[in-house]
Amino acid sequence: MSWIPAPVSRFFHRTSSPPYFYALADRFIPWLTVIFLVLLGAGLYGGLYLAPTDYQQGDSYRIIYIHVPAAWMSLFIYVLMAVMGGIALIWRMKLAEVMLISSAPIGAGFTFVALVTGSLWGKPMWGTWWVWDARLTSELILLFLYMGVISLYGAIEEKRAAARAVSILALVGVVNIPIIHYSVQWWNTLHQGPTVSKMDKPSIHVSMLVPLLLMAVAFKFYYLIAVLQAAKLELLKRETSSQWVKALLEKQA
Amino acid sequence: MPIIQAFWAIIRRDLLLAFRRRAEMANPLFFFVLVVALFPLAVGAQPNLLRAMAPGVIWVSALLAALLSLDGLFRSDFEDGSLEQMLLSPHALSILVLGKIIAHWLVTGLPLLLVAPLLAVFLGLPEQAMGTLWLTLILATPLLSLIGAIGVALTVGLRRGGMLLSLLVLPLYVPVLIFASGAVDRAASGLPVNAQLNILLAMLLSALVLVPLPTAAALKMSVN
Repeated sequence: MSWIPAPVSRFFHRTSSPPYFYALADRFIPWLTVIFLVLLGAGLYGGLYLAPTDYQQGDSYRIIYIHVPAAWMSLFIYVLMAVMGGIALIWRMKLAEVMLISSAPIGAGFTFVALVTGSLWGKPMWGTWWVWDARLTSELILLFLYMGVISLYGAIEEKRAAARAVSILALVGVVNIPIIHYSVQWWNTLHQGPTVSKMDKPSIHVSMLVPLLLMAVAFKFYYLIAVLQAAKLELLKRETSSQWVKALLEKQA
Repeated sequence: MPIIQAFWAIIRRDLLLAFRRRAEMANPLFFFVLVVALFPLAVGAQPNLLRAMAPGVIWVSALLAALLSLDGLFRSDFEDGSLEQMLLSPHALSILVLGKIIAHWLVTGLPLLLVAPLLAVFLGLPEQAMGTLWLTLILATPLLSLIGAIGVALTVGLRRGGMLLSLLVLPLYVPVLIFASGAVDRAASGLPVNAQLNILLAMLLSALVLVPLPTAAALKMSVN
């Protein structure tokens, strides 16, 4: 481990101790909530009020301020879960297991939101709730991957073993996501091409882009808040019999 | 015993076990034929419709047959303790696991080639697609066994892992299904299929290398 600078590894070791992490999360959540609300307010104000109406899609395009960040988050969280899974498998770090399993329902939620908002947008634009378009289909498969992670964790009684199983599954899934994505894309596509990620010059106007990016960052903060809350709960559940949980309960009683 | 010998010994043992229970070997085949036969009953017997659907129907049925046969991959070894012996053996578990997967494919995947012509006739698949259908079955059924092995290894310790197994494995089967049935579909309309076959081959080769590792890790988790 000599290639990791000492302060960094010390930070990781400290943070990965459950009581320390619990206290840290408690301290961070209020701040994160404030930042999230400010970003959300700014993003929504910019997106729903300041941004001009689209000349082709009218006002219905505004759903992208929810849809696109949710879709980004759905992929981002899965990749993050796989990273956590790798850490959990290699270093047997309990906290990584907890973060992995706490992220799964949130990621599934974002995937679901992306699917629903996409379908709501598809009705006026394409004239149908659902088309077997490449990105919709791969998003749907992503939802199934999340469901697999959640049910596998639920099915195995012993939670440390369950966390190992889920870590392996997350890693397998993340290798497959690009394959699934491109195979589905080959198979069929109707979805509008990427408008933001084109590096040279995004084909979206700045007044629409800025709120979108604000919303994307706001969603990241929402994820942080949600995952910390879930991780706190999961830690309490796992460590009910440990000293620090008892001390915590006594302090609160 | 060198590892290569252990690898062959596993394959020989699993094949021998399978031949001792010949009746079970035929089950995936019957299932495959039966599912294909259900489609004309459900959607009607118009030859045009069936011909258009044939590649998809054959491939979805092959996929389901593979899925159903997966459970036997590690189940009996898990129950009688041979899996623990394999874990304790000095050889890399991933190699032994690869042997088991290959034996499983020889028993459940390869026979699908035998009935494929029958099904092609059932559904009126053009003759020119026959060769491609065979090729995709040769390339892609091992992929189904390989990918499925990860799911089985994760769920073998559970008493009721059946539904969960399909939830874990089916999403991962999507690329295989797309390229395999796509190739047959293109062959039926007389288009070149090299690209699809190459991709299937690439997926097969990378799965041969990569799959045994998570499978072995998952088996270690399941046995403990």
